[in-house]
Amino acid sequence: MFGKKKLAAAAVTTNPAPAEGTAWIPADGLEPIHVEESAEAEIAPNQTLWEQFWSIFKHNKVALISLIVIILYIVVCVGAPLFAPYDPLAQDLSQGLAKPSPEHLLGCDKLGRDVLSRMIYGGRISLMIGLFPTLVSMTLGTILGITAGFVGGKVDMIIMRLADICMAFPSLLLAMVVSYTIGPGFLTIFLALSFVNWAGTARVVRSEVLSLREKEYVEAATSIGVKRWKIMLRHILPNCLPTLIVMLTNNIPGNILTESSLSFLGIGAQPPMTSWGLMVYQTKSYLDRNPTITLAPGIAILILVVAFNFLGDAVRDKLDPRLQEQ
Amino acid sequence: MESKVLVETKDLTKEFPTKSGSFGKNRATVHAVTDVNLQIFQGETLGVVGESGCGKSTLGRLIIRLLDPTRGQVFFEGKDLGKMSVEELRSQRKQMQMVFQDPYASLNPRLRVRDLIAEPLITHKVNKTAKEDTDRVEDLMRKCGIRPEFMYRYPHQFSGGQRQRVSIARALALNPKLIICDEPVSALDVSIQSQILNLLGDLQQELGLTYVFISHDLSVVRYLSDRVCVMFLGKVCELGVTRDIYANPLHPYTKFLLEAVPIPDPKYRKDQKDMLTGEIPSPVNPPSGCHFRTRCPYATERCAKEVPQLHEVEPGRTVACHLFDK
Amino acid sequence: MDDTILKIRGLKTQFFTSKGVVPAVDGVDITVRAGEAVGLVGESGCGKSMTAMSVMQLLQHPGRVVDGEILLKGENLLKKTPRQMCDIRGNEISMIFQEPMTSLNPVYTIGKQVMEAVRQHQDVSKEEAKKIAIDIFKRIGIPEPEKRFYSYPHQLSGGLRQRVMIGMAMVCNPALMICDEPTTALDVTIEAQILYLIKEMQKEKGTAVIMITHNLGVVAESCDYVYVMYAGKIMEEASVYEIFEHPTHPYTYGLLNSIPKTTEVKDHLFTIRGLVPNLLSLPKGCRFCTRCDKAMKICTEYEPDLYDIGDGHKVRCFLANKEVMASGK
Repeated sequence: MFGKKKLAAAAVTTNPAPAEGTAWIPADGLEPIHVEESAEAEIAPNQTLWEQFWSIFKHNKVALISLIVIILYIVVCVGAPLFAPYDPLAQDLSQGLAKPSPEHLLGCDKLGRDVLSRMIYGGRISLMIGLFPTLVSMTLGTILGITAGFVGGKVDMIIMRLADICMAFPSLLLAMVVSYTIGPGFLTIFLALSFVNWAGTARVVRSEVLSLREKEYVEAATSIGVKRWKIMLRHILPNCLPTLIVMLTNNIPGNILTESSLSFLGIGAQPPMTSWGLMVYQTKSYLDRNPTITLAPGIAILILVVAFNFLGDAVRDKLDPRLQEQ
Repeated sequence: MESKVLVETKDLTKEFPTKSGSFGKNRATVHAVTDVNLQIFQGETLGVVGESGCGKSTLGRLIIRLLDPTRGQVFFEGKDLGKMSVEELRSQRKQMQMVFQDPYASLNPRLRVRDLIAEPLITHKVNKTAKEDTDRVEDLMRKCGIRPEFMYRYPHQFSGGQRQRVSIARALALNPKLIICDEPVSALDVSIQSQILNLLGDLQQELGLTYVFISHDLSVVRYLSDRVCVMFLGKVCELGVTRDIYANPLHPYTKFLLEAVPIPDPKYRKDQKDMLTGEIPSPVNPPSGCHFRTRCPYATERCAKEVPQLHEVEPGRTVACHLFDK
Repeated sequence: MDDTILKIRGLKTQFFTSKGVVPAVDGVDITVRAGEAVGLVGESGCGKSMTAMSVMQLLQHPGRVVDGEILLKGENLLKKTPRQMCDIRGNEISMIFQEPMTSLNPVYTIGKQVMEAVRQHQDVSKEEAKKIAIDIFKRIGIPEPEKRFYSYPHQLSGGLRQRVMIGMAMVCNPALMICDEPTTALDVTIEAQILYLIKEMQKEKGTAVIMITHNLGVVAESCDYVYVMYAGKIMEEASVYEIFEHPTHPYTYGLLNSIPKTTEVKDHLFTIRGLVPNLLSLPKGCRFCTRCDKAMKICTEYEPDLYDIGDGHKVRCFLANKEVMASGK
């Protein structure tokens, strides 16, 4: 790595025999002896799952901080009533556009609602949109992708053409269309994001499966007589995991961002409920007078997205046993 | 020593279609294995040697039906594998196992050694309880020279030689009659190679196994095999008892192949006159008549017109060459 | 007259990994004379390729030469700048790798690549370079050289590709050619051809060759002098006849006897027990003692030196040191 200090040459711990004389030889020095390698020297020690998980963060401070940040976000948003100092909907017009103060740490919006409280409650929507459509769409995408890759033939063709059709719609446009038919709201975003994202997952999983099924260990399992669906579950799916986890940590912040854009366009969370994207939208015209109330939710999104990305990289590196050997 | 025929192949042929050119318009066929008739006797080791592209690995996979032949049949103890249903074939796999070349690729990196070795036991429901499976795995590991303490480690924690021992243990789990060894030692270090070869030899004596030993290394084949089958471009060109073939090779190709092996003794240095010239022809477009004629110094007109058939020149010794066909 | 081409003295190459410092090459002395073929034998991880990479200065991060000197015709290569090394590589020392496909650029014709190699080090016009290239193709036995000039690497077989590599390596008449497992990826009949070609080129141009291989057959076939490496150190060195006739180090003996031969039948192969060592946790004394059947107590305490047992035959084993062996009796 650059910037690190140059490592000094290490002395190798051998004990060279003196060149002269024989005085150094112990009395029983020439007795035959059977030396065995110690078991530990032979192979790398094993780790339990928990140790493996923890070791991701032991040497990677960035990943550790990211994890803590994400956990904090979740704890605070889930326990919103405990942490929020005010009712997010309570208006106090006397405090309209109040600057940050000890009473209102991040100030108030134009209706005098406490921004910090609104952010804590709004985070619930943002996080939910980040997590649930991602889980739904990725589960669907994985199942379809594996089926397409493993079964092949016509099934593969149909699934992949469906995926192409879904990918052809930009998610923003699709969400707009859905919101005009069933009305804006949480469900709209949920459906729109699930519908679009499965296709991306399915494509990646399929190509992964296509390369994995040519692996020798899949052939070995076939030669043992393992059934096809079991090969899929035991030998192919687990080896797709690193890719899936990276996609997961990309999709979650991606969806949070999309939700922000949708809310910003007015077809996401509906007032008086709020989300971070909506908060940016609603306060944007006061940017010059009271920037905190716009910037705070924006920065909240930024930090969360970055944390997810760092975490994803770290977990992927650790989950691949082959990468560990280096 | 007249023994029972375990496997018999009849006109076994495998062709792979390939596409080349834009839009795959140039369809060609790779003639991987052509009209192979073999008998494998119970308890023997049949060595299959040849250079790359000679179809030896394909032949191994055809025998245990990891690949479906284009033409021809395989009889295992008199039963036609081609006529079996999927379920019958799956259960037949208990009798025939395979050890693959690359111990890095043939073990799923995400499974522990215990699960890898127990997989055939679980697949065919040999034991009633998991405890019995574990006991059997322990027994197998001991037999193959791996410490049973390492049962819960992952393949990447082992060295190449140990992994190959794991593959062998896995192949032995169901007490098969036939084991196809596809270049089992060519990925290993010299000092580890001999350990694995001795292990294979010991196991055969102890368990009465039948091996088909596929290798490009003539010296390894000589050490382990009772009979040797020399292949060139998908065809058997010579078949006979190991000692006879190495002492007195009849087919010109066998002769040159044996000449070409570098002998680890500087007293036997070669000069150019014994050297085979030219390149190995492509299996997509093999020469007419005898496939070897383009490199053969004894080739006549007849070799270009007529495909030489395998002839028995002495009991148990067959050669496919017009020189020996009166 | 001193005809030494390459002299490596006390070379130490280490890799600085997150798990610790890996002593890939740990104090190696090698001498190569003009026109001589020197074999460097050992198993994977013994440091034979890393020795070559240190000479070429093509070590990749996190590897670094930490000690020793590499003298090419008396000049220390470790003191050269990267620019000077560029001139030396290909011109004075050239290298052939195991897999020729990875060392040839797939998007250029082989003719163009050989021409480039010529023009890199010689000041000639394009036409002259092309003539030189076709001459080389003829010399290295490429059929229809004028036509093949316009072939891409993937259109050639492995054997022909390796021929092209040898041709490229010999273009500038280097003083030293390092062959890193040149025939490991090839078939037996092609291997014999390539070994013969290397030998012929060597004879014709008087080039010195370092042959790095794990295959003792290749060593016996093509080398004059042999170094046996194990876990980063030279374990035994001698002329090729001497080492095959009187292997003295238990490791060399084990290696020679553990390979099956086409010329003899055996019931059981000799084996070296144990595993190829982990360079991160070497034993305290002799690094082979955990696998050695003749180990003595001192072997676990002290590491033996290379002891000369006559005729330039050197062995790193107490069994070869008469003084030590006499002390016990």
